[in-house]
Amino acid sequence: MGLMNVFDIAGSAMSAQGIRLNTVSSNLANAESVSSSVGETYRARQPVFAVLKNQYQNNGFGLDNFGQGLSAGQGVEVRGIVESAGELPRRYEPKHPMADDEGYVTYPNVNVVEEMANMISASRSFQTNVEIMDSAKKMLSQLLTLGK
Amino acid sequence: MATLSLDFGIYEAALSTTMKRAEILANNIANADTPGYKARDINFGEVMRSFGGPETSIKMRSTSAGHRSGLMNASAMEGLQYRSSTQASIDGNTVDSDRENAEYAKNSLMYNASFNFLNGKIKGMIGAIRGE
Repeated sequence: MGLMNVFDIAGSAMSAQGIRLNTVSSNLANAESVSSSVGETYRARQPVFAVLKNQYQNNGFGLDNFGQGLSAGQGVEVRGIVESAGELPRRYEPKHPMADDEGYVTYPNVNVVEEMANMISASRSFQTNVEIMDSAKKMLSQLLTLGK
Repeated sequence: MATLSLDFGIYEAALSTTMKRAEILANNIANADTPGYKARDINFGEVMRSFGGPETSIKMRSTSAGHRSGLMNASAMEGLQYRSSTQASIDGNTVDSDRENAEYAKNSLMYNASFNFLNGKIKGMIGAIRGE
């Protein structure tokens, strides 16, 4: 039944946005985690979202057939978490305890402004999905009163 | 004699179609941040017509066995379609969150309406059975 799937779909989106919020907080927490070499420095992490397709998705014609109870997808999944390949900024701070032999300190490539925008976007999306789920819940409980 | 299911009219179909559409719209909203995702929707009118409205039977005259019916077949019309986007984002996602939200709210309202019509039908039948 369609409405029951709404719970799974909105739930998957809420969990995905939760993971996104986790990476944002990890990035912000480690925004200043400096080190003396490029290999050890923290890199910004981002989740990769993809459509979660159900196994009955393709009927061989590449056309999703609504009439047979098939759907566009079944929510969203997190394919994985990738580290940003961006360049790590190196700053000349010879007095810093983590400075290397040349006096350089390697900083993580976390863009704090970007992460804040990401955080707002994730929490807004989470909120929207909560409302979708709440609305579906109301519709279902109304359905139970049919004929009464 | 009319069967009981026929007396429910189009409302039953309308109710199940709005439920299905709620799923599609929820999926759009869930994938609002997925790169490359294209917003989907169904043509509500076409789907309702496929349930047997009076407009289904527009056919071309066939004078040969090889002639196909002029209209697209119903199953193709029922299919999910892609929403034409107003502002596609750079990652290829075409979900407009506000629009999907509005459509979802509208769909819920249509669900409520169908529910009330169907409920009224059932209540009417129960009243007739009891002789109230």
